[in-house]
Amino acid sequence: MSTAQVKRKLRSDIITLAHGSGGKAMRDLIEDVFVGGFNNTHLSQLEDQARFDLNSLTAQGDRLAMTTDSYVVDPLFFPGGDIGKLAITGTVNDLAVGGAKPLYLTCGMIIEEGFPVEDLRRIVTSMKATADAAGVSIVTGDTKVVHRGAADKLFINTAGIGVIPQGVNITASRAQVDDVIIINGYVGDHGAAIVDARGEMELENTIETDCQSLNGLIETMLEVCPDIHCMRDATRGGIATVLNEFAESSNVSITLNEAALPVRAEVRGMCEILGLDPLYLANEGKVIAIVPADSADDLLSAMKQQAAGIDSAIIGTVKAEPSSRVVLNTSFGGERIVDMLVGEQLPRIC
Amino acid sequence: MKYVDEFRDPIKAKALFNEIHALKDKIKRVDNKPLQLMEFCGGHTHTIFRYGIEQMLPDWIELVHGPGCPVCVLPMGRVDDCVTLAERPDVIFTTFGDAMRVPGSKKSLLQAKADGADIRMVYSPLDALELARKNLDRQVIFFALGFETTMPSTALTVLQAESEGIENFSLFCNHITTVPTIKAILDSPDMQIDGFLAPGHVSMVVGEKPFEFVAETYDKPIVVTGFEPLDILQSIWMVLKQLAENRCEVENQYARIVAATGNPPGLDAISKVFELREFFEWRGLGSIDHSGVKMREHFSGFDAERKFSVPNIKIADPKSCQCGEVLKGVIRPWECKVFGSSCTPEIPMGALMVSTEGACAAYYNFGNLPELLAKRKQKKLNNDTEESAA
Repeated sequence: MSTAQVKRKLRSDIITLAHGSGGKAMRDLIEDVFVGGFNNTHLSQLEDQARFDLNSLTAQGDRLAMTTDSYVVDPLFFPGGDIGKLAITGTVNDLAVGGAKPLYLTCGMIIEEGFPVEDLRRIVTSMKATADAAGVSIVTGDTKVVHRGAADKLFINTAGIGVIPQGVNITASRAQVDDVIIINGYVGDHGAAIVDARGEMELENTIETDCQSLNGLIETMLEVCPDIHCMRDATRGGIATVLNEFAESSNVSITLNEAALPVRAEVRGMCEILGLDPLYLANEGKVIAIVPADSADDLLSAMKQQAAGIDSAIIGTVKAEPSSRVVLNTSFGGERIVDMLVGEQLPRIC
Repeated sequence: MKYVDEFRDPIKAKALFNEIHALKDKIKRVDNKPLQLMEFCGGHTHTIFRYGIEQMLPDWIELVHGPGCPVCVLPMGRVDDCVTLAERPDVIFTTFGDAMRVPGSKKSLLQAKADGADIRMVYSPLDALELARKNLDRQVIFFALGFETTMPSTALTVLQAESEGIENFSLFCNHITTVPTIKAILDSPDMQIDGFLAPGHVSMVVGEKPFEFVAETYDKPIVVTGFEPLDILQSIWMVLKQLAENRCEVENQYARIVAATGNPPGLDAISKVFELREFFEWRGLGSIDHSGVKMREHFSGFDAERKFSVPNIKIADPKSCQCGEVLKGVIRPWECKVFGSSCTPEIPMGALMVSTEGACAAYYNFGNLPELLAKRKQKKLNNDTEESAA
C-alpha cells in the first residue's frame, strides 16, 4: 500500500479512549495523523515492524548505535520548540554524540483522553519537519490512549538507530591530560525557556529553547577531527553533569574557565533572580566535546561556520589533578568544585 | 550584566585582597591563632563558596558560617507538622521550593507530595493567596519561613487576605528572628568569634540599630554586608580595619540597599501581624528565647496552627550531628564525625547539610571532598596521638 492510498480521516476534535482501542477509530487516527503526517515508505507498509536492508547499513559503517528516550515536557509548546521537536532532536542527538549517523526513529505516543486532535497534528507536523531536517525517518510507532489523569496530556517515546563509521571511537573514558573542552554555544537556554514558558516569573524577555539536531554539526566536527575523544549532549543536569561524567570515567580533572562560558544575559538574569546555576540548567541542542589540543583551533573555526555552532567556544582543559573532579575558575579569581546536581533544579523540562 | 558585574570585578578584588593582607600585622591575635569572622547569613555563605572566596583569603582569617539559613535550622518536628497539614485532604499546602527537601522525622514535603499530598511550590506568598482565591473549596496554607527579610511580604499578604475577606487562606508561621540568635551565639561559652558580617537583607528591613548590642555589649565589630563577592570582601576588610584600630561599631557596607532606620512600612506590617514567641526551637542550636514570631490573636483565622491541629512534637537532633559546634565555629564543617559519610546533601542528617546555603552542604558541593575527608582523618590521628601522649 502506498501513501497515496491512505484515505482514512480522523473526524473527532479530541482523542477518546476509542482511539486507542484497536478498532476503526484507532485506524483513523494512525493512518490520518501518523502515517499521513510522518509520510515515508517504511511506515506506510503498515506492518508491525520496520524492515531494513542490512547491506545498505554496513556500507555506512561497522557498528550500529541504538538509543531510546521518553519526553514528558510541560508545557507541550514553548518558545522555539515543542514536545515533538524535542522527541526527534533528543534521540537524534543521543545517536550523533556517539559518532553515529542517525537513520531511523520509532515513535510511541501515550495520549491522555480528551487531548485536542489539533494539538496532536501540530506536534506530528513538527516531528516530521524536524526529522526531515535531520535526515532521519520515523519508521514504526505505537499509540496508547489512557484515562484522564493517568497521563498528563501527552508523553512521547522515541528510539533510534544509527550507524557508526569505521575509525570513530568516542567514549566518556578517553579524556586525556591537556585535551581541550569545546561547546557549540550558549548554555542553559532550554531550562530557562521552560521556566519562562510556564509563565510563573512573568519575565520581560522571551527566552527560546536551543532545541536542535546536532548530527549535521557533529558530522562536520568528525570530518575535521576524526579523533574526538569524548562527546555528549548536555541535557538534564546541564553541562556540569556531563563534565563530571567525563572526569569520573576518564579519571582526570576538568578545569572550566567561567569567563569563557557562553551564557546569554537573559538566562543569567533569570538564574540571578531564582538562584539557579546555568551550569546545571538543561540544554537540548548543546554538544560538549573533549578533543586533542592540537586540533582544537581547526575544530572551533569549522564549528563556527555552522548554524548550530556559530557561538562555539573553548571553555576549559583537562588536567591530571584533582582526579575525577570538575573545577571552575571563577571570573572573580577564585576556584570551586562543580559537583553533580543533587535532587532536581526544576521539574519536567524534557 | 549591568549592576552585577561591577560587584564581581576581579581587579577590584585584587586591590581589596592587598588591603586585607596589609592589615595582618596591625591586628593582635591570641597565640597567633587565625581570626574568626562569622557571616551570619546563608546568602553570604553561598556567595563565599560560589566565588571561591574562602580559598583566596590568607590563612590567618577563618570564616565561620553562621546559622542564617532558615531552611537549615528548621527543626524536624516543624517539618512533621508541615507534613501533617499538607496531608489533610482539604488542604493545598504551598511552600518555597527550597523547603521541599528538608527531612522530617518520617518524611520530607517532597516525599509527602510523592505520597499524594497536594503540595505546590510558589515564588511568593501572593501566589498562595491567588490559589486561595481560585480554590474556594480548599484550604490554602502558606508555609511562612525565613528571617525578618521575608516577614513583611507574608504580613502584607495576610493583611491583603483580611481586607478581601478571604477565609480559606492561612499561614503556618515559622518566621525566625536574627538578633536573639546572634545573642545566643555570643553568650555560648565556647564562642571564639572576633567579628561579624551582619545579614544585608535582614538589615534592609530592621535597620542598623538592632545590631548595636554586638558592638556595645559584646565588644565585637559588625558590618552590614551585601551579597556580591566584592561586598563580602569589602566587609571583611571593614571588620579587620575595626580590629586593627581597636574599634567596635556597627558599620554599613550595604548602604546602597540598607537605610540606617530599615524599612518602616515593612516593620509596621510585621508588628501588626506578628508578635514574639516566648521561645523557638532551632535545629542545631536548641531552644532560643524570643527567636521566633507567631501570629497575633486578631489574625487567628489566618493562623494554621490555631485553625488546624498540628502535632507540635519536639524531635531531638540526631546525637552524632555536630551542627551546633560548626555554627559556633568550634569545629569546621568537615571536622564533624558524620560529614560526607552518613550526612550528605542527598540524605542530610544535620541542619547544615540541608540547603545549598548551609555551611556543610556548601563544603560538600563546592569543596574538594576527598581532600577534606583526608584532612579530617589526619586531624583525628593527631588528636589521638596527643591524647595518648598526654
